[in-house]
Amino acid sequence: MSNIARSAFSLAALLLVAGATPASAASSEADFKAAFGAAEAANKQAGVLRNQWTVTAGALAEAKKAADKGDFDAAVASSKEAEALARASIFQAESEKDAWQALDIH
Amino acid sequence: MASTIRVRATSSGETTEVQALIQHPMDSGYVKDAKGDLIPPHFIQELTFEYDGKAVFVADWGPAVSKDPYVKFSFRGGKKGDDLKISWVDNKGATDTTTAKIQ
Amino acid sequence: MRSAIQLASAALALAALCLGAGPSAAAADAPDPAADARAFQKFFTDKFPRLKPADFVNGPYSMNEDMHRQWEEKEQFPPYDFSLDLGKEMFDKPFKNGKSYADCFPDKGIGIRQNYPYFDEKEGKVVTLELALNRCREANGEAPFSYVKDEMAALTAYMAFTSRGKPFDIKIPSDPRALAAYENGKRYFYTRRGQLNFSCASCHVQNPGERIRAEVLAPALGILNAMPIYRSEWGGMGTISRRFTTCNSQIRGVPLEPQADEYRDLEYYLSYVSNGLPISGPGARP
Repeated sequence: MSNIARSAFSLAALLLVAGATPASAASSEADFKAAFGAAEAANKQAGVLRNQWTVTAGALAEAKKAADKGDFDAAVASSKEAEALARASIFQAESEKDAWQALDIH
Repeated sequence: MASTIRVRATSSGETTEVQALIQHPMDSGYVKDAKGDLIPPHFIQELTFEYDGKAVFVADWGPAVSKDPYVKFSFRGGKKGDDLKISWVDNKGATDTTTAKIQ
Repeated sequence: MRSAIQLASAALALAALCLGAGPSAAAADAPDPAADARAFQKFFTDKFPRLKPADFVNGPYSMNEDMHRQWEEKEQFPPYDFSLDLGKEMFDKPFKNGKSYADCFPDKGIGIRQNYPYFDEKEGKVVTLELALNRCREANGEAPFSYVKDEMAALTAYMAFTSRGKPFDIKIPSDPRALAAYENGKRYFYTRRGQLNFSCASCHVQNPGERIRAEVLAPALGILNAMPIYRSEWGGMGTISRRFTTCNSQIRGVPLEPQADEYRDLEYYLSYVSNGLPISGPGARP
């Protein structure tokens, strides 16, 4: 198994574990701000790499909408989803720096 | 103003084949503009091709026909050099007409 | 939990795609665009032996017989006719200051489309036709047009039309910056992006003639020769900028700005590897 595939499987495992942790108490506005901030920072990094995903922007917008309505549980969930999508887009940009050559016609 | 109708009619002796491209927005009335307002319906309702004083092709159109419609059909008869008259009327009452020679 | 599973499966799909990617590349050799172009054209002519090289400029119409027949009929009354007429009118009309587009271009702007994009050694960057047109406007006190449709499409339609039949003649000067731009464009073309993890090559190199949903995919060879196009899907005209940006969003990647460096370099690469194939624009597509 190539290194790229190995690390992709690790990412998959990480995401499964991250999502499996149950929320014990309701989320607060502070929780939302932290989660949203992390997601925005990751998406910004993806922007530096010129590789943002449209679905990341969508998840961030959903998070904001839920927070505006005061539903911080949903807002935190959407923020975490946005962060994971942003991280995946960063992973894609990083691994494609070498991986693209496999498709090259020569 | 230039005609909105481009037409080519070719006779092969027994039949005449007609192609026409018509410039028209054909707004259905269901599409919204950038501000979110509905673009009002504006489409051709009747399109008529006349040869020798008789209608050889009549189309009753509605909002389902797309922008800048293209039509192709054949009719029996039609001689080289004869006139073919094309006209349309839209839901706002606007019209256009042109006459082409059959080639 | 549900979203975590979705994300995990997305990552697994990513991994699976990486597994199928083939052997990892050796260290990059010095770029050889001429060799690239030969290999590129050979790849497609081998894949479609019944097509002549010039046929590739018709995109999906050369990939599917039924579509080809419909397209031949449509070419007698092409849907880009109105835009083309408008383009000629616009091109001939002087700016407010009395000058015109003819003053900005070699040969008065007629029959030159096949030379674009070119590498501007003073600026150190690739200049596309769309970019040159807007620069011409701004240099003469006119507001620039949107890059994606309408006026820009009409102008480039007319300029393409005056070059119909002329083979693409893109030059890469022996300037390391030009080579770097070419390589950058090539890298962009093969790089996967967007949540759907497609590169341009995924569709246009690996699957020409196959369908993506209801559309037949065009081969990458000759893919810019018919631009700008009247696309039925758009219900109107679109430029190269429109196609690059909408393709990005279709694979769920946030598009870059029209005429971003990456897009200019991408156009440079794609045009160069289609050198020798005739300009067929403006075109019509499904």
